[in-house]
Amino acid sequence: MSDVAVPEDAVTTPAPADHGAAAHPPTTTGMSHNKVAMWLFLGSECLLFGALIATYMFAKSRLPAGEIGPNDVFDIPFTSVSSFVLLMSSLTMVLALSALTRGEERTFRVWIVATALLGGTFIAGQVYEFTVFYNLGLGYTTNIFGSAFYTLTGFHGAHVTIGIVMLMSALVASLRGRLSPRNAETVELIGLYWHFVDIVWILIFTIIYLFPQ
Amino acid sequence: MTQAQSAQPEVPVEATPDDVAADVAAGGDGHGEHHEHPSDRQYVKIALILGGLTALEVFTYFESVHNLGDAAIYVILIVLMVLKFIYVVAWFMHLKFDSVLFKRVFVAGIVLALGVYLVMLTAFRIWGV
Repeated sequence: MSDVAVPEDAVTTPAPADHGAAAHPPTTTGMSHNKVAMWLFLGSECLLFGALIATYMFAKSRLPAGEIGPNDVFDIPFTSVSSFVLLMSSLTMVLALSALTRGEERTFRVWIVATALLGGTFIAGQVYEFTVFYNLGLGYTTNIFGSAFYTLTGFHGAHVTIGIVMLMSALVASLRGRLSPRNAETVELIGLYWHFVDIVWILIFTIIYLFPQ
Repeated sequence: MTQAQSAQPEVPVEATPDDVAADVAAGGDGHGEHHEHPSDRQYVKIALILGGLTALEVFTYFESVHNLGDAAIYVILIVLMVLKFIYVVAWFMHLKFDSVLFKRVFVAGIVLALGVYLVMLTAFRIWGV
């Protein structure tokens, strides 16, 4: 036998306690399968939100004259501030991931909490907006515009809420010492989801709120 | 070591968890491929650009801009929206730096959605033509 005997286990077997995605051995594609799956999921989400936006555009075009519509309820300055808040949460999200990658766990926690707070502010704004619209006479079943609008923005709000739950889970994992640069990919996946929710709002804000009514 | 042994081609050795972690910490993907990731300063710059683009979008809401006509406002808003979309996807979601497969998967979803729903909306004649 060779005089350089290296035990195979020493170089091929990951530590049993290490379940971080980044610590898995290289895959056949050379890419993280979790990340491929997340991008596939986000690609499929394009179809979901595409359907909701297209339905809204159709519904708005069929709104009978004289019924309560976008011009009667939308408050563009208020929604602009909400949009800005969500946009900035994408910045805090990337800063959180960046901090974790460098091993700065405290900084990571600060940015992840900031992201969740900005997301929470956006949701609070949406609840306020829905309440105002309802008081102005636009309920879910008032007309075709109301149904399409609440369904679209409600689905988006639900996605943001799920994102906040993910962010809080990451925070708890970090506080328990289960997050490190070794498994930063978990946070990267949460970040991808969060940024996707942000780009969907970029579309909604322009198409639903800002396009001339 | 014999001459035969020294002539053997090097067999690639799988990375240990520590190797992978070190690779990730250094900005790699865990598989030895290092992608240039933006710095925090660059992220802030992108966010400022996004904020500026949003301000421009909101500006089109004001009455004075409406003298341009609806068609011009649609074009301006679509350009600004697409720019914001690309900035977030390319920089914040790292598609600019990541594997091209991710880009293809995501773009496939967007193209499919755009195609299906543009045909649907056209079939329902919502464009007013």
